[in-house]
Amino acid sequence: MSTGNMKLTLKIWRQKNNNERGRFETYPIDGISPDMSFLEMIDVLNEQLINEGKDPVAFDHDCREGICGMCSMYINGRPHGPKQGVTTCQLHMRSFKTGDTVVIEPWRAAAFPVIKDLAVDRSSFDRIMASGGFVSVNTGNAQDANSIPIPKTDADEAFAAAACIGCGACVAACKNASAMLFVSAKASQLALLPQGQPERSRRAKAMVAQMDKEGFGSCTNTGACEAECPKGISISNIARLNRDFLSASFFAQEEA
Amino acid sequence: MALESKIPAGNLAEKWSTYRSTVPLVNPSNKRNMEIIVVGTGLAGASAAASLAELGYKVKAFCFQDSPRRAHSIAAQGGINAAKNYQNDGDSIYRLFYDTIKGGDYRAREANVYRLAEVSGNIIDQCVAQGVPFAREYGGLLSNRSFGGTQVQRTFYAAGQTGQQLLLGAYSALQRQVGIGNVTMHTRHEMLDVVTIDGVCRGIIARDLKTGKLERHFANAVLLCTGGYGNVFYLSTNAMGSNVTAAWKAHKRGAYFGNPCFTQIHPTCIPVSGDHQSKLTLMSESLRNDGRIWVPMKQNDNRHAVQIPEEERDYYLERRYPAFGNLVPRDIASRAAKERCDAGYGVGASKMAVYLDYAEAIERYGKTEANKQGLSDVSKEKITELGKAVIKEKYGNLFDMYQQITGENPYEVPMRIYPAVHYTMGGLWVDYELMTNVKGLYALGEANFSDHGANRLGASALMQGLADGYFVIPYTIGSYLAKDIKTKPISTDHEAFEKTEKEVHSRLKKLLAIQGTKSVDHYHKRLGKIMWDKCGMARNEQGLKEAITEIQALKKEFWENVRVPGGLYEFNPELEKAGRVADFIELGELMCHDALQRNESCGGHFREEYQTPEGEAMRDDENFAYVSAWEYKADSEFVLHKEALEYENIKITQRSYK
Repeated sequence: MSTGNMKLTLKIWRQKNNNERGRFETYPIDGISPDMSFLEMIDVLNEQLINEGKDPVAFDHDCREGICGMCSMYINGRPHGPKQGVTTCQLHMRSFKTGDTVVIEPWRAAAFPVIKDLAVDRSSFDRIMASGGFVSVNTGNAQDANSIPIPKTDADEAFAAAACIGCGACVAACKNASAMLFVSAKASQLALLPQGQPERSRRAKAMVAQMDKEGFGSCTNTGACEAECPKGISISNIARLNRDFLSASFFAQEEA
Repeated sequence: MALESKIPAGNLAEKWSTYRSTVPLVNPSNKRNMEIIVVGTGLAGASAAASLAELGYKVKAFCFQDSPRRAHSIAAQGGINAAKNYQNDGDSIYRLFYDTIKGGDYRAREANVYRLAEVSGNIIDQCVAQGVPFAREYGGLLSNRSFGGTQVQRTFYAAGQTGQQLLLGAYSALQRQVGIGNVTMHTRHEMLDVVTIDGVCRGIIARDLKTGKLERHFANAVLLCTGGYGNVFYLSTNAMGSNVTAAWKAHKRGAYFGNPCFTQIHPTCIPVSGDHQSKLTLMSESLRNDGRIWVPMKQNDNRHAVQIPEEERDYYLERRYPAFGNLVPRDIASRAAKERCDAGYGVGASKMAVYLDYAEAIERYGKTEANKQGLSDVSKEKITELGKAVIKEKYGNLFDMYQQITGENPYEVPMRIYPAVHYTMGGLWVDYELMTNVKGLYALGEANFSDHGANRLGASALMQGLADGYFVIPYTIGSYLAKDIKTKPISTDHEAFEKTEKEVHSRLKKLLAIQGTKSVDHYHKRLGKIMWDKCGMARNEQGLKEAITEIQALKKEFWENVRVPGGLYEFNPELEKAGRVADFIELGELMCHDALQRNESCGGHFREEYQTPEGEAMRDDENFAYVSAWEYKADSEFVLHKEALEYENIKITQRSYK
């Protein structure tokens, strides 16, 4: 069983709620094992804070296996920390050295207001999905699953887009706080499949309109989103959504 | 109260179709005036909320996560079963039904399981129509693989992220209804009690987790789709937030709890690495399609896995169960791993692990791939390279996850795995219509007890969650609501709402007022240890009795000495946890009572006193072929009711996978 001896200095963003100003607080911590996950290290800190009668750090987390998309820490200037292709919950302390200073902030974007400390409100993503991120098929309408053959390459590409966990790292990484990687991944999954064709144009327009309404910034193709996405969602999805959006705007009569 | 299962009369194969054709209907204009609350937005909850809203009901959905898409169904990896027989390998509705009943060690209801098998095919159709990107073959048709406890290939999958894709499908259907305005979605809300008026469920009390405010919500019916209670063990493959609170509150308001001691320990999880561990990570059962499980033949063998020659390895599942080999059901695979480790054959630093090895599969796939590509004179290295690529395509994300957590490369060295708590077959007792014994209160998915008996087969949880939500509740709820059309919305100023809210409020205040010296996690860990040691993979009378005493003492200490920081009217994750752990402590005691009264071994419930000379579970059908349904009387006081299980279509035999 591992007992750790790593020592770290944590600088953590503390903010009581969305109405009050936040600030960094510094916490020294030791006894950290390299086998701990980053969130388990925060658990240790919180246990310590509770024992000292202080307010523990609020942060979002749930599955702790990299799939629910709940965890959302901005670590040393990068969403989900220094490693490529992992969420904060999958980041392990072996990626740090004893003596390191680690700066931890919440996602920062106007469309993701802070709830407390490191927890933010990402309900804007749900509203974008409600605006068009679906195939309109009621339960019971479906035909036999094998009646529509779908080329394996298309299915695989749709799956690659569908692997998005909706964590918001793309928004946090973007200097404009644009949500284009998220929105384009959701739209692309359906644009790549025959089931998604009937509503393809309508979907592109509706989701983009909702995205703008939520206050996300514009995409200027810097690619930070792709570089920081823990699931490796490709920026080519953005190109696909842009094409769909443009053609939907040109051929507006299709709406009729 | 007598337990009425409401199983329709008639032949097994006709029960559901007859029921569907004769169940009372609610006409569309009445549906618009009827409200339904859905608590939980995993596969069962999201599919139910979407389907009921499509029918025209007014739906209010609740989840404690920040988005309905994050419910823990998202983490299911391997697949979903359906009796499509696309592989032409002899599958049928009957065979899926039979495998499930047998896999559950003959402790599930025939009629429910048959219905599940019947609607399984529709689920796949529905998901494909929504755009769920299942794995496909080059011909464009759907791909299948095998799971434990079956000899056909009926599992549909999307890499190792099947739960994610199915949940996102259900979530998209749900968000569509939210957008239209048929569903009101309450995220970051936790249900803290059900409200009953004259014994009928009429709503819930929920806490807005952002502001801490308590809210009252009325409905004609309440559906609990709140998942399982594996976190009673502290360490499990469940998400950190997964909890029993909604089901437990319902239990304390009169709903019986069915088979609470039936928990599933999954055989292939990444072993515990230290005391800091907050959760365990599953390695999908699909890995047993290709991976071979073994331990050294010598006890305390400290050699590196690759240094142990083939003839000194014990492929114990293949040895003990030649017919099913590495694909025996989960309960059997888990016990066999524990048996080897307890006997001193375990591997790794803790010696509490066994190997899951891909070397042979890599070679086999490599050779096939070389043939496919028409390569001749291929070097061993090339074959390994080709084989690794195939394994990567099939299981890549799982291998990456393993490497990330352990720091070892499973393409080069065998994985080390050990069993961990994964799923709970037990849950709220429900009848054929999925209603608890409290009128108007339903339980769907993992939150109910109904379909998996004493052991669930792999890839059947997703099937059951979606069956309940998409294809069962939209019909069965009509049977109740058709009689409730005259009920006008009840004001939440009603004294029952006021009284229940007051009780919830005073309990939260009490938790905050204790201001003791130990954190909530401290008590949760201690509870988990008691449960794992004494009500885990193996149980015995003495241990269970000790556990009950220890849990009662722990409960007392918790309520005297827990420290919950912060206040009521704010975002306070520690307060949320405190309420959940308080409920887990009470549930833990009930689980031990249930395990103690069941003097037999069946499925995941292994009582050491009841085993065959070969160490297999020994059932006692004469005395224990029943569902235990527990009634809550008072603190630590539970009364057992029994629903007899009758098998008219399947002959009960000793389960054998040899």
